[in-house]
Amino acid sequence: MARMKFLCDADRCIDCNACVTACKNENEVPWGINRRRVVTINDGKPGERSVSMACMHCTDAPCASVCPVKCIYPTEDGIVLHDKDLCIGCGYCFYACPFGAPQYPQVGNFGSRGKMDKCTYCAGGGGPEAPGSAEEYAKYGSNRFGEGKLPMCAEMCSTKSLLAGDGDIIAQIYEERVEKRGYGSGAWGWTTAYHEDVKS
Amino acid sequence: MLIRKSERRPERARLFDAAADEASAKLDRRTFLKRSGVTAGALAAVGELALHSVRKAEAGPPPPVGATVTTRKNVCTHCSVGCSVIAKVANGVWIGQEPDYDSPINRGSHCCKGAAVRDDVLNERRLRYPVKLVNGQWTRISWEKAIDEIGDKLLDIRQKAGPDSVYWLGSAKFTNEAAYLNRKLAAFWGTNNSDHQARICHSTTVTGVANTWGYGAMTNSYNDIRNAKTILLMGGNPAEAHPVSLQHILEGKELNRANMIVVDPRMTRTAAHATEYVRVRPGTHIATIYGMLWHIFENGWEDKEFLAQRVYGLDEVRKQVAKWPPKEVERVTGLPEAQVKHVAELFAKQRPSTLIWAMGQTQFTTGTSNVRASCLLLLATGNMGLPGAGANIFRGHTNVQGATDLGLDVTSLPLYYGLAEEAWRHWCRVWEVDYDWMKSRFPDKKLMETPGIPSTRWFDATLLPKNQISQPNPVQAMFIMGHGVNTITRMPEAVKGIEKLELLVVCDPYPTAWSVLSERKNGTYLLPACTSFEMEGSRTNSNRSLQWGEKIVEPVFESKNDYDTMYLFARKFGFADLMFKNIKVENGAVSADDILREINRGGWSTGYCGQSPERLKAHMRNQHKFDLVTLRAPKDDPEVGGDYYGLPWPCWGTPEYRHPGTPILYNTNLPVKEGGGTFRARFGVERVVKRKVMENGQEVEREDHDNLLAEGSYSVGSEIKDGYPEFTLGVLKKLGWDKDLTAQERETIERINPADPDKVSWSTDLSGGIQRVAIEHGCSPYGNAKARMIAWNLPDPVPVHREPIYTPRPDLVADYPTLPDAKQFRVPNIGFSVQKAAVDRAISKQFPLILSSGRLVEYEGGGEETRSNRWLAELKQHMYVEINPADAAERGIVDGGWVWVTGAENSSRARMKAQVTERVGKGVAWMPFHFAGWYEGADLRAKYPTGADPIVLGESVNTLTTYGYDPATGMQEPKATLCQIRAA
Repeated sequence: MARMKFLCDADRCIDCNACVTACKNENEVPWGINRRRVVTINDGKPGERSVSMACMHCTDAPCASVCPVKCIYPTEDGIVLHDKDLCIGCGYCFYACPFGAPQYPQVGNFGSRGKMDKCTYCAGGGGPEAPGSAEEYAKYGSNRFGEGKLPMCAEMCSTKSLLAGDGDIIAQIYEERVEKRGYGSGAWGWTTAYHEDVKS
Repeated sequence: MLIRKSERRPERARLFDAAADEASAKLDRRTFLKRSGVTAGALAAVGELALHSVRKAEAGPPPPVGATVTTRKNVCTHCSVGCSVIAKVANGVWIGQEPDYDSPINRGSHCCKGAAVRDDVLNERRLRYPVKLVNGQWTRISWEKAIDEIGDKLLDIRQKAGPDSVYWLGSAKFTNEAAYLNRKLAAFWGTNNSDHQARICHSTTVTGVANTWGYGAMTNSYNDIRNAKTILLMGGNPAEAHPVSLQHILEGKELNRANMIVVDPRMTRTAAHATEYVRVRPGTHIATIYGMLWHIFENGWEDKEFLAQRVYGLDEVRKQVAKWPPKEVERVTGLPEAQVKHVAELFAKQRPSTLIWAMGQTQFTTGTSNVRASCLLLLATGNMGLPGAGANIFRGHTNVQGATDLGLDVTSLPLYYGLAEEAWRHWCRVWEVDYDWMKSRFPDKKLMETPGIPSTRWFDATLLPKNQISQPNPVQAMFIMGHGVNTITRMPEAVKGIEKLELLVVCDPYPTAWSVLSERKNGTYLLPACTSFEMEGSRTNSNRSLQWGEKIVEPVFESKNDYDTMYLFARKFGFADLMFKNIKVENGAVSADDILREINRGGWSTGYCGQSPERLKAHMRNQHKFDLVTLRAPKDDPEVGGDYYGLPWPCWGTPEYRHPGTPILYNTNLPVKEGGGTFRARFGVERVVKRKVMENGQEVEREDHDNLLAEGSYSVGSEIKDGYPEFTLGVLKKLGWDKDLTAQERETIERINPADPDKVSWSTDLSGGIQRVAIEHGCSPYGNAKARMIAWNLPDPVPVHREPIYTPRPDLVADYPTLPDAKQFRVPNIGFSVQKAAVDRAISKQFPLILSSGRLVEYEGGGEETRSNRWLAELKQHMYVEINPADAAERGIVDGGWVWVTGAENSSRARMKAQVTERVGKGVAWMPFHFAGWYEGADLRAKYPTGADPIVLGESVNTLTTYGYDPATGMQEPKATLCQIRAA
């Protein structure tokens, strides 16, 4: 069974933000909402590393566990989707998420945040809209996955740092890379997201 | 693995499954693997993939009901890597992008700019229609009226002040065809004041490199860096400026476990991935290189055979290098001996080694010499003409290489023919116009053959008194197509220049800072140009590959493509029929294919003769056939068999000759017919030098005839087993090879020079016969010479370290002053006086911080287009200055706080945010150069035409930059000046 995952090879990430604008472009994500972002540690110092971050589509996703209306759920491919019709914008998922993925379109005086928005793995939405329909697109963005395509962020990554696809395959790619070059700082976030790590 | 299935939507899952079964199971598994980055060899190792949510449909924003989706391919307009862009179009609207996995250059990848190009076209902030200033108000006018009014005014200026008073500033974002047309337009107008961004980007590279081994371009390719064992980056930050190149650099680094060394004043994003980072003071490149060469010569690490066979002038270089022992290198650069020696040893011994650079070498008063020093290092270590080696010069804009090649340069007609009578006669033959008519367009023959004014000096040529400018009158009109004002130094003076102009015309997709900087009230026109995505044409990337772009959508709003706009002006000026004699124009639409064919007919000197539109289009159709590393297609392919991707120039002979292009310049291990080459015999066959020698105990002067031709080195398959001069009919006759010319070729040659056909050369023979015959005998048409370590025609024949005009080390100026004042390119260059005054007035005490500038990944060039792009603008919303924590602490500056930065000239000042970071060393401040729209603290947003203001505005670094010009090219010096910073 294929299980979709993301893997960011931090030894390749150059903080070019292609993943960020590819996501914006493909999903027409509005200003202020960032489904994906690049985080740099030790900025400008020796040891500087950048990592591209978004919803990791976790195993036993904590966001789904805390959602009071049960609008977040994994598909059989391991993609964590949500139904914006059910979402009440409570923000619990934001606190539960170890990666800071959930985003909210509004800032209101009384805590109203609007419907939660996050990376859908370019797999459309978890609502009742027909897959690939204009309605689905307007609410959730693109449904590339339905066409056998991967998320745009990974597809356009400048250095092939961000990998998407079946977890076993991308882990294998990463492991081969590490073996060939002789170094690797690990599949960032994997232990947290998937309760497992790559071999090397 | 525990998966909670949604109980609410079981039907949906089934629907997906049903569609997935037949439609996508097989195909999509392959697609998936490819998209995951799995190479073909790894396919077998992969297990079964069961995909669920797969359906047969179009991804991305769904098209309107009933609309068909077509895909079109073009090339990203944001840097010289040349990434292919696939656009999905429905009902004439660009609805989405797809990764192009077939391109051997980017393999689907983009940086943030390439991934956002759709908004360059969709953008609502584009200039929508022609406007002009009427008493300070932008007023809409029609194209017809605009062409009429502007044309009348230009003709009036031409009448009163002469053609040289109109400046034609072109663009590195032009297609090849538009660049060529722009140069042709200036020629027909009667001036050499025709320039573009290469002046401020790599003019010094072109001059320095061409004067060393023949051609001014990257010698290898981005892809070829995969073969390097040592990758040395000096003066370049490709992680931000050329992000997709890092795919090749990092994969090469990983596969070969290569050394990757970054020498830079900043610990850049590129340095973060290096095996070694060396922090150096801006403006000390020559001293650093000589420091390395000192160790190389001292330890005998040089490549002696290569030097003996293929290099001229080593002795002179040894003399210069001897002046740079480790102690002196450390005094000037600050680099300790051990570090310099270590880097030198890796570069010389762990070969092949490549040297990568960009504007960190070029943007100095010593730019040409800096680049030449880099060439010396490559030559001394024998790292030229080989896979994995070479000068990998990363050009900036998408088509700055092509625009340079096609002559948007004050010193040359298209393709480096120069400005001499022979060059004009060549192009007049190609254009089928009478030479005497062409001459009549200029005030006189002398001005026709005199280089024009560089773009860096346009405002000096506007403001200086008439008697200081070597042309009939100062510049009175600027006609700008696709060039910012904020990327040129000394902006406070540019502002005065703009105000003094009689006419300012900006033809650009955006209003640009030209439109808001001054207090002009009238005489200013903005014409909406479309982007290269809205037109057809080819562009040449940094590794000399030409890629053809399809028109994705029709020009939006009232914008026009550059060809059509130039045609309208040519018609207004009355020479359209002559200028477009062999270029089809249908209902005002100019054929890009025909322009390229005309370039092919005249482009022999640089091998732009073989890349016909048909061949280029075939390459775009067959991208997947080209090898990732060699860039070559299999020989048996019917359409592109044996070709290198994009037919990298030189691509010799006629298109029918089917030369495959030259992926690596000067590579003697390949036959010329297969893309090999030699160093170019561009500077004669021998050099007469008077040397003092001892004879019978007395010093006498002896005249030596130094051989400039290669000795014992030649291309594989060459019938001449030694050096040889460039080919002419005369040379062919001597060799007895002229018999191989066809009757038709011979007839063409005789028509070119009936009086003395023997003088017709490989570069002026319009039949291509001389090239063909030379290549059939295994020879380079341009000869086989030595590379020149001494370039005796340059101001510094062997590079000499010279301090920047505004140096933080006045103590070094006595030893390393800049060159004396002189007149260059029609205007005075008073750098020496400025440097002396700065030292005498102790400017470095008042302005103790070095100010350098560079590029951000999110923005490009002057930044109008990218700062208007909603997906890019969100990522960088403020102009800022990087300052070291120690310097910030001394000044009470906090990270993210506002500061005033003051410059060393014009009492200039600029307000921006501070980024306190160790990225810059103590004593160095750094700014990105993409911002404009604020000037000395004032927000100019209200001055843009309504709705056409970029999303993000900010101060321009060039408000603060200062005097300083490379004497060989007129290059500015924005990489090293001085400033002071205080908290605002």
